[in-house]
Amino acid sequence: MSLKKIIFALGLIIALTAATLIFFTHGLKYIGVNAALLGLGAVLMRQSAYFSDNFYQHASPQTFYPTAGRMIPWFAWLAAVLVIYGLYISFAIAPTDFQQGEAYRIIFVHVPAAWMSMVIYLAMAFWAGVGLALNSKLSAMMAQALAPTGAIFTLLALVTGSLWGKPMWGTYWVWDARLTSELILLFLYLGFMTLQASIDDPRKADRAGALLALVGAVNIPIIYFSVKWWNTLHQGSSINMGAAPKMAATMFEGMILMALAFWMYTIAVALIRVRCIILERERNAGWVKELSVKEIA
Amino acid sequence: MQWESWSAFFNMGGYAFYVWFSFGLTALCVVWEVIALRKRSSEALRLTRLLSQND
Repeated sequence: MSLKKIIFALGLIIALTAATLIFFTHGLKYIGVNAALLGLGAVLMRQSAYFSDNFYQHASPQTFYPTAGRMIPWFAWLAAVLVIYGLYISFAIAPTDFQQGEAYRIIFVHVPAAWMSMVIYLAMAFWAGVGLALNSKLSAMMAQALAPTGAIFTLLALVTGSLWGKPMWGTYWVWDARLTSELILLFLYLGFMTLQASIDDPRKADRAGALLALVGAVNIPIIYFSVKWWNTLHQGSSINMGAAPKMAATMFEGMILMALAFWMYTIAVALIRVRCIILERERNAGWVKELSVKEIA
Repeated sequence: MQWESWSAFFNMGGYAFYVWFSFGLTALCVVWEVIALRKRSSEALRLTRLLSQND
């Protein structure tokens, strides 16, 4: 099977899964969204299949190292601007909640951190899987670069959640489905990192880590749907796919801005870290030596 | 603006501890991660340079 077909199939599976999830949660109500999603998936995957003709060329650490370096400032500045605007909306514009008073403002870090903890895991599992399937070094490095940031956001989601739970529920912690599955996510990140660190041969470490990341991905839909599937103390989703948000528009705006800021921050930080990993792992490659003479000397 | 005074803002309607702890910890994590990455970058570059000079 050619590379093109593998990538095309992978993309189609992702689009189909998303479409199926929407179908199961909302029925035929959002058939338009579903159709658009499938169309978009097909177009995107057609493009990446095209891109994959030169996959090995683009995916070498040597070409990616300077590209990543050029991308970092853009994402860092975007994150800075978004976080300033997001904090302004969160504290100066968004109104007091009629039920939860000012304590609800924790939402502006808690929800974006929780979203990122799941998004980063999916990205990490995706790159780990690509690394495993195509034996491409850079993909595995990308997965490795995402893990620590994902673990930090998971920890933040847990701690800010319990800081919100105490005044609202009267307890810092409760073993309900949402909280427990998020805690398992933290252990998955930590497991991925320690497993990779404990295997000396980096390529073997990549493969072992990839397996763990892929198997652990089953936890993500469990976290996401836990508030639907089980009776949890945790409140339902703040935002549902397709449905209008139930909160004030400015609250919603603050949350989205903070989430975007976290997202841009994650990309910047992961790119910085992947550059470190490339240097650490490719130190003996000729191009790294040439680069270090050019860049640092 | 939602706040009558700066002290009302810092008081967060009585939830100051929970709100500021959440935001403070998040800021701390970000600062820590960026500093740790800077260290790692400069260390990686230093070692790479050392290695290329020894050739």
